[in-house]
Amino acid sequence: MTDANTILNVNKLFASVEDNNILKGIDLEIKEGEVHAIMGLNGSGKSTLSNVLAGNPMYKVDSGEVLFNNKDLLSLKPEERAGEGMFLSFQNPIELPGVMLNYFLRTSLNEVRKYRGEKEVNLREFKAMFDDKIKKLNFPSKILSRSINEGFSGGEKKRCEILQLSFLKPKLAILDEIDSGLDIDALSDVAAAINNYKEENPKASFLLITHYKRLLDYIKPDKIHVLINGKFVYEGDATLADKLESDGYAWIEDMIK
Amino acid sequence: MEKSQFDILKNIEDSEYKYGFTTQVENDTVPVGISEDIIRLISKKKNEPEFMLEFRLNAYRKWRELEEPDWAFLKFEKVDYNALCYYSAPKKVNDLKSLDDVDPEILETYKKLGIPLEEQKMLQGVAVDAVFDSVSIATTYKKQLNDVGIIFCSISEAVRDYPELIKKYLASVVSVSDNFFSALNSAVFSDGTFVYVPEGVRCPIELSTYFRINAQNTGQFERTLIIADKGSYVSYMEGCTAPMRDEYQLHAAVVELVALEGAHIKYSTIQNWYPGDKNGKGGVYNFVTKRGLCEGKNSKISWTQVETGSAVTWKYPSCVLKGDNSVGEFHSVAVTNNYQQADTGTKMIHVGKNTRSTIISKGISALYSNNSYRGLVKILPSANNARNYSQCDSMLIGNKCGAHTFPYMDVANSTAVVEHEATTSKISDEQIFYCNQRGISKEDAISMIVNGFCKEVFNELPMEFAVEARQLLNVTLEGSIG
Repeated sequence: MTDANTILNVNKLFASVEDNNILKGIDLEIKEGEVHAIMGLNGSGKSTLSNVLAGNPMYKVDSGEVLFNNKDLLSLKPEERAGEGMFLSFQNPIELPGVMLNYFLRTSLNEVRKYRGEKEVNLREFKAMFDDKIKKLNFPSKILSRSINEGFSGGEKKRCEILQLSFLKPKLAILDEIDSGLDIDALSDVAAAINNYKEENPKASFLLITHYKRLLDYIKPDKIHVLINGKFVYEGDATLADKLESDGYAWIEDMIK
Repeated sequence: MEKSQFDILKNIEDSEYKYGFTTQVENDTVPVGISEDIIRLISKKKNEPEFMLEFRLNAYRKWRELEEPDWAFLKFEKVDYNALCYYSAPKKVNDLKSLDDVDPEILETYKKLGIPLEEQKMLQGVAVDAVFDSVSIATTYKKQLNDVGIIFCSISEAVRDYPELIKKYLASVVSVSDNFFSALNSAVFSDGTFVYVPEGVRCPIELSTYFRINAQNTGQFERTLIIADKGSYVSYMEGCTAPMRDEYQLHAAVVELVALEGAHIKYSTIQNWYPGDKNGKGGVYNFVTKRGLCEGKNSKISWTQVETGSAVTWKYPSCVLKGDNSVGEFHSVAVTNNYQQADTGTKMIHVGKNTRSTIISKGISALYSNNSYRGLVKILPSANNARNYSQCDSMLIGNKCGAHTFPYMDVANSTAVVEHEATTSKISDEQIFYCNQRGISKEDAISMIVNGFCKEVFNELPMEFAVEARQLLNVTLEGSIG
């Protein structure tokens, strides 16, 4: 049973990629307004988990159950999951040559609004929303007429993901290594934008996937989960990040042996 | 994932050709087959002057000596030229005074096609010439254009009313014996459009012709001639559709453009002839010769084409850059689906000094179709400092279709610079998933990515056409997923 304010409930989730078992029994509960972080070594299954939750068809769910918004998440198509309020910020945002950011954003926004039974926004309303958001993200507005992610710097790509997040207003945002490829200034900009979104939408929940403590210095997690070999093996509060930064993962690996 | 992309294509297969209706009108036709007598009969029915009959007979004799070309990357059933009807006209068409005299069935047809023929729709600001089977039905805006000295009429009228211009320019760019189809067209061409823009005049509106094949077993052989006098500008658009028929229909047009000193002609095509059914049965053979001559200094000819229809397309809109500093452009989107085949591209012939040409070709193939780009860039010894830039991009949807590029370069002047770039891409699963994750369905994602791929070409189209082109592309590729 889940609480009324539980947004995501993952129960004994097993998943594989091309016949390799990657996730080996994941349990995870996230409540409204919570920030969870997943840390772990390369290859532990962090990105698999985010892709499985978002419905990437390259990943196969072998067993388990996921409730999102009290709905059976695994039976929904990826675009329906987006409509329900699941957002995945890609570790490597995909380029769509020739597809203008403004066109993409407005299509995406209106598709999601349609799903949620909300009125579609027209060009003028969209422009007003955009101008407002772009200011907060410290983004040059000329980016609007560029092809999405094509020729963007690492920082621009990640900011563009957060820009999309702020348009789509998800209930749960999974940020897969949002800090990778960012210099210190860009990281602080992106983190500020995320915190800003959090303030404006206090019920929104976050699942941060990261290798580094520095992101968690900006965005304080309520819980940190350590993922090793497809299983959560350890859990702690924000202070766990400091310990992992200084001592690495060996002590946890020793502990579970 | 591969499988689900395939599912979409299954739906694409089922998307229907929405222009496939037939209009019930009485037709005035000539007997089936081709001979000197038939040509005399066509000429007589059209009340043509003697010189035109001579032109036709001469072309017919040359045609008989020519061989049907077989060098294109195309496979199709041979045409039996003696089984075709070479002239078909709706009966009531003679001596039209106004649109009121046009058979209402035909007006209804154009209404279904969304062609603004009626007077009240003329406010939309596009002058239209509509060709139904073999004859021109109506030319709108004629008077307003006459006021600025622009002649915009059917080629049959031009033959009668402006014989001097016809004698001077007809077959001056595409000679009668240029190729098998141009000779055939010269012998039997039924109607088409004539445009003359006088010196220094900038045509105030878009000119447009809509071609429609209706009668069964009838070839459509239209002939278009556009002359832009010194310092003038004209933008011309053509569109075309045909009913669904099980047998093949032949369309062999010739289009000639002449740009004198400083003139600019922009020619846009949306070709949506019936492509045949999903098993490759029926459809239009689109064998077209289009060529523009940049006769004068600083002249410019731009071809833009969106080819979505026809079972087989054989078409190379070309530019002969004779005037110094003249410019030729070719922008093309060719989409093939099911068993469609397209062999299309351009020829840029650089003759004058400092001549420049640009080729942007986007080919999209889906299901079992084959799409080839074939282009020639020829720099003659006289063309000092000539420049060409070619970019040919192919996109494959699914893994049973083909994309081919055949670029030819023939450079005989060492000061020339010729560049060619080519890419082939597939819509990746990651791209589709990225769109899905942002709430966009697979079909919409494919349509968005394909539109993005074609953007450079669509940007060249006049506004009225760009919208139609996008919609057409969506209909061709998106299918009817409920």
